[in-house]
Amino acid sequence: MSSFPPASTSASASAFTSASSAPLHLGVALDGAGRHPAAWREPGARPGELFTARYWAGLAAEAETGLLDFVSFEDSLTLQSSPADGPEGPDGPDGRTDRVRGRLDAVLVAARVAPLTRHIGLVPAVTATHTEPFHISKAIATLDHVSRGRAGLWIQVSGLPDEARHFGRRTGPLEEAELHAEAADHVEVIRRLWDSWEDDAEIRDVATGRFVDRDKLHYIDFEGRHFSVRGPSITPRPPQGQPVVGASGDGEASYALVARSTDVGYVPAHDGDGTRAAVAAIRRAREATGLAAQPLHLFGDLTVFLDADAPAAAARLERLDALAGLPYGGGGAVFTGSPGELADLLLERREAGLSGFVLRPGVIGHDLPAITRDLVPELQRRGVFRRAYEADTLRGLLGLDRPANRYAAHPAA
Amino acid sequence: MTSKPLKQIHLAAHFPGVNNTTVWSDPAAGSHIDFDSFVHFARTAERARFDFLFLAEGLRLREQGGQIYDLDVVGRPDTFTVLAALAAVTERLGLTGTINSTFNEPYEVARQFATLDHLSEGRAAWNVVTSWDAFTGENFRRGGFLPREERYSRAKEFLETANGLFDSWNGTEIAADPGAGVFLRDARAGAFAHRGQHFDIEGRFNVPRSPQGRPVIFQAGDSDEGREFAASSADAIFGRDGTLEAGRAFYADVKGRLAKYGRTHDELKILPAATFVLGDTDAEAHEIAHEVRRRQVSGQTAIKFLEHVWNRDLSAYDPDGPLPDIDPEVGENTVALGRASVRQFRDPLETARQWRRLAEAKNLSIRELVISTTADQTFVGSAATVAEQIDTLVQADAADGFILVPHITPGGLDDFADTVVPLLQERGVFRTEYAGTTLRDHLGLDVPRPASGRQTVAS
Repeated sequence: MSSFPPASTSASASAFTSASSAPLHLGVALDGAGRHPAAWREPGARPGELFTARYWAGLAAEAETGLLDFVSFEDSLTLQSSPADGPEGPDGPDGRTDRVRGRLDAVLVAARVAPLTRHIGLVPAVTATHTEPFHISKAIATLDHVSRGRAGLWIQVSGLPDEARHFGRRTGPLEEAELHAEAADHVEVIRRLWDSWEDDAEIRDVATGRFVDRDKLHYIDFEGRHFSVRGPSITPRPPQGQPVVGASGDGEASYALVARSTDVGYVPAHDGDGTRAAVAAIRRAREATGLAAQPLHLFGDLTVFLDADAPAAAARLERLDALAGLPYGGGGAVFTGSPGELADLLLERREAGLSGFVLRPGVIGHDLPAITRDLVPELQRRGVFRRAYEADTLRGLLGLDRPANRYAAHPAA
Repeated sequence: MTSKPLKQIHLAAHFPGVNNTTVWSDPAAGSHIDFDSFVHFARTAERARFDFLFLAEGLRLREQGGQIYDLDVVGRPDTFTVLAALAAVTERLGLTGTINSTFNEPYEVARQFATLDHLSEGRAAWNVVTSWDAFTGENFRRGGFLPREERYSRAKEFLETANGLFDSWNGTEIAADPGAGVFLRDARAGAFAHRGQHFDIEGRFNVPRSPQGRPVIFQAGDSDEGREFAASSADAIFGRDGTLEAGRAFYADVKGRLAKYGRTHDELKILPAATFVLGDTDAEAHEIAHEVRRRQVSGQTAIKFLEHVWNRDLSAYDPDGPLPDIDPEVGENTVALGRASVRQFRDPLETARQWRRLAEAKNLSIRELVISTTADQTFVGSAATVAEQIDTLVQADAADGFILVPHITPGGLDDFADTVVPLLQERGVFRTEYAGTTLRDHLGLDVPRPASGRQTVAS
């Protein structure tokens, strides 16, 4: 298990605080009852409500009271499974009945909570491998319209054969590099479609009888290895122009996707050296794409178990592991400790080149309120986190400008 | 009194969309994209106790003469995403969306509808449409891969496959019992397999059974195949039109097909789309209707419409002058792309001859001809007259209700809700309060039982 040792002292944290006053960005990644497989069995976990709007709306509202930049919604196009212990083989769904199984479509969950929130970014996970970029582009554009500029997406790939069998289009799985290349094409199509309407394409010119200026609608004419898309979108350009695209940078195969296609890359925050190496690799890849001038956030990705102190958190994790019947090994970085210790760690770890973190509550019912009510005030006391929402859009919260439209005619030079 | 009980009318509202029905030049016309417009429209429909709101879909901007068509409202948001957001601002209103079965895959669509049904607590409905159109296909991975004659076979199998996925959970699997450590009672929850001509898929569906079991299924289409598809597989069909004789014939025909599928008369609702114009008096309503028609069919719009039949550039013609004396261009290439109406003129030469005769006999200009031959307003009059017209048609079995298509976004339903609905309620033919919570409740449809067994294999 890759649990962090409790961060050393609060003295080291204050050094970072004074050295670096740039605001920290924070999102939470939500999945079921929490990241730990036994999370649903905890008091307050509400496992019977996981498929209700009420549940998700409550979590988004809680995240918004904590002034977080965004909440993300995990998703996949297959039933959850624990690796390697399925009766149908390592690639098939397992036969477990003691864990949360089933999930709602993340884009729709994000849309369902959008009218009930006002400031927080909404970032659903989307699988590029089996979806149509045309559909995804208009869905995220629409999420941006209904949330008035708070949409993002977390693009992911899937090489699982059992997932491919849900679609039946592909005979064999793609290589990992090819999956990521396809996802990069997917994002390229999505982005071109967002720009395929200029902002002022709708003119409603009664004098000439024209509703739109067709010169401000653009064919995207994308040709790639796995699909071609003509365009334009059917959905007008979203409020943010370009909603915020993110992807996980977890291993070489994914770095090019993060570098070429995203506004936010999510890097496992295992430790300073590993994080630094990943950040450096992604930055190098970004240079190679020629996009280095455009901002790219890199966020540390970290599962958290927060309690009054480190022993209490460790004891809780132990109890959860006992319920699950095996030690937690979610694959990512894990923190156990107090909110103060987590604040220390975040400030220390961001020196590896991170501008923020996406935290995965181990038990949402416990750790999400610990983030919003304990960690956030701690960070505010240290002067590194907002005390009020300062922007209306997700791009605004992340300090990203609204990008110019790639197709708009530039004024004559 | 020995008369049979009055039929209860079903009413729905079609969000004014991308065609020349929607008058964008009116000062009252608002945004068709801004979410506030959808909220206003949906809340009006719910305040009026309508059964559902309906959203159409389009997957490619229309073109005519090689250019994007710019005279009508164009652009719309994603159907699923808007409906999910509307579920947050309404409580009872059904949420119906058109989703194309050609440029989607069953697993993903079934997942989205099951999710929408969960997120709306049982208010989701799917208008299943199909396309063979290579023009639209240019926006998708598979392109225009479907031979035209396979449209309904794919749609039917798509729906069968989706039903198999909806039924892969029977609704009793989730225990969520923390003490016992049992989340699933059944380790095989969601298992499915479908092997057919169009789909060969298997695995585990990952959305548990939703409140309605399956979304309510709508179907639109007037062909023999379309009627058969509806009779076998749909819960509701968009009827042919709102007139008495044609409506009754269609109603009798489609309902008559139900028995061979083991279905009863009430298991398929017939809901034609209908437009309306209200005035304080009938005379005023007819005046307004005339003006609305002139706004819907501008001179340019009339020329563009005529090009659908003539299939050639007619931009040099005067819309206030006579019809062209040249003949339509007959061939494979079409001037207008992405418009369903183009396909209705199967014999353009004959259509042109008829229209010329009509125009000469009545001394109609191009614009006047188009206004008189394209669909007129269904219901025109005072609120009392319109309430009477609607009730008469429903009681006469020309329809079970109507899907109203206002011509103004988003306020086009307001007057209807305020004036016609109370009159229908007074007549005792329309609910004053929702009796149930789900769309199936509103439509009087049972929740389908999951098909027995998990394996669905198409023959």
